[in-house]
Amino acid sequence: MRYSLFSLARQALRGHRDWQPVWRDAAPQASYDIIIVGGGGHGLATAYYLAKEHGIRKIAVLEKGWIGSGNAGRNTTIIRSNYLLPGNEPFYEWSMKLWEGLEQDLNYNTMVSQRGVLNLYHSDAQRDAFARRGNAMRLAGADAELLDADAVRRMLPFLDFDNARFPIKGGLLQRRGGTARHDAVVWGYARGASARGVDIIQNCEVTGFVRDGDRITGVTTTRGTIQAGKVGLAVAGSSSRVAEYAGLRLPIESHVLQAFVSEAIKPLIPGVVTFGAGHFYISQSDKGGLVFGGDIDGYNSYAQRGNLPTVEDVCEGGMALMPAIGRVRMLRSWGGLVDMSMDGSPIIDRTPLQGLYLNAGWCYGGFKATPGSGWCFAHLLARDEPHPVASAYRLDRFATGHLIDEKGQGAQPNLH
Amino acid sequence: MRIPCPFCGERDVSEFAYHGDTAKRPDPATDDGQRRFFEAVYLRDNPAGPHRELWYHAQGCRSWLIVTRDVRTHEVLGAALATRGAA
Repeated sequence: MRYSLFSLARQALRGHRDWQPVWRDAAPQASYDIIIVGGGGHGLATAYYLAKEHGIRKIAVLEKGWIGSGNAGRNTTIIRSNYLLPGNEPFYEWSMKLWEGLEQDLNYNTMVSQRGVLNLYHSDAQRDAFARRGNAMRLAGADAELLDADAVRRMLPFLDFDNARFPIKGGLLQRRGGTARHDAVVWGYARGASARGVDIIQNCEVTGFVRDGDRITGVTTTRGTIQAGKVGLAVAGSSSRVAEYAGLRLPIESHVLQAFVSEAIKPLIPGVVTFGAGHFYISQSDKGGLVFGGDIDGYNSYAQRGNLPTVEDVCEGGMALMPAIGRVRMLRSWGGLVDMSMDGSPIIDRTPLQGLYLNAGWCYGGFKATPGSGWCFAHLLARDEPHPVASAYRLDRFATGHLIDEKGQGAQPNLH
Repeated sequence: MRIPCPFCGERDVSEFAYHGDTAKRPDPATDDGQRRFFEAVYLRDNPAGPHRELWYHAQGCRSWLIVTRDVRTHEVLGAALATRGAA
C-alpha cells in the first residue's frame, strides 16, 4: 500500500482496520543470487538498492534476531557529512544527499530532520582546524559555516561560554545535518526491499559458509543450508566472528559504545551540539528526551553494556558544556557493539575469497552512513567493482599504507 | 569492572589504561618480516570469549599487566605482571 494523505484519510474513515504489515516475514528458499548477512540498516539498505538500482531478483537478508535489533536500534540517530579526508567526505556527502531524498524514495516517514550539527571549538588552534575541515567539506559539495562565539550565543544561549578552562570560541555548523528516526529507517528499507521481492528472513543465524575451494557458494544457518551466488556481510559489531567462519582475520576490534537519554523536557536544544574539549554530543528527540553520548568504553567487548566510569565521564562532559542539564534526570543508558577498525574508517570491499564481500568497520559512525553504505555495497555486489565514492574503503589499505585516519591515532582502535 | 592488580589488590578499572591484546612483536630480520609486522599491527583475533590483554596501572603502581577477561561478560578471570616471555 502506498502511503499518502488520501490513503490515510481512507483508512481513518474505515477505522484503521485495513493496515497491512509493511514487510513480509519470509522463510528461506534453497538458493539466492545474493545473500546479505545482517538485517540492520546497512543490510536492508543494500538489499533495497540491489533490487531497485541493479534489478537483481533473488535476494535474501538473513538476520539472527529481528531486524533492527542491533546497532540500528541503539545509535543516537545523528546524520551529518562533516569529514575532512578525501577518502571519507565524498562518501558521507553522497549518503547525506540520499538522506535528503529518502522519504520520497521509500514513501515512508523516516523523520529526517535537518536541524543542524554544530561542532564547538574552544581555542585558536581548534578554530583553524575546523576552518580547514569546513573548507574540505565545501570542496566536496557539502555545506559548512564557521561561527564565532556571538553567533553560537544567539543559537544556544545556555551554554557555558566563559568556562575558565574551555571557553567556547565558536563552532563549525552544518545546517543540512541533523537527526532521523532510526527504527523507521530500518522499517522503511525493509518495506521497500520486501515490495521488490527481497526475502527478509529473521531468527536465522549464519553458522558457517559453504565453500568450493576459494569460492563461497552459500551459508549454513540455524534454518538450514542456503546456496548463494554471492554473500555480503553487513554485521558490524560481530564482523570478526562471522568472518572467522570463512577463516578471515580482520583489522577490527569489537568495542562497546554507550548512549543515554534523559527524561522528556520542553524544547531546549534546537539541533545537534558537540563539545570540542571532551567527547560529548547531545540532541533532543521529538519526544523531548535529551539523547547524548561520548567516548567508547575503550576495551574489547561483546557485552552490549558498558561500565560506570564512562557514564561519569560522559556526564562530566555534558556538565562542562551546559550546566543546566544537571537538573535533568537520566532515564536510560544502553550499549551497542561497534566494529572499531584500525584507522577509524569503514571497509566496503571484496575479500580474498571469491563470492564473499565485506561491509564492516563502521566504528561509532554507522547510522549516518546507512543509505550511502547500502548504495555502495549494492554497487560492489552487483557490478564487482567499487563505487567511486567508496573506492578508498579497501580491505587491503592497512597492508599498502593507504589509511584513512581522520584522527591520526594509528592502529589503536580504542582511541579513534 | 575491577582488576586484581598483583601489587595493589582489586582496583577500579578507571585507574587503568588499556592497550589491546597481547600480540608479540615479530622478528623484523626474517624474510617475511613485513607481512608479519602487518599482521601484528593491524589484524586481530577479536574473540568473543576469554581475551588476553594488556592493561597499564597508570593511577597505581604503574605496572603493565596481562589481564585475562571474558569480553562477553566483562568478568576478569585473572591478572599477572607482564614480564618478558609472559605474553
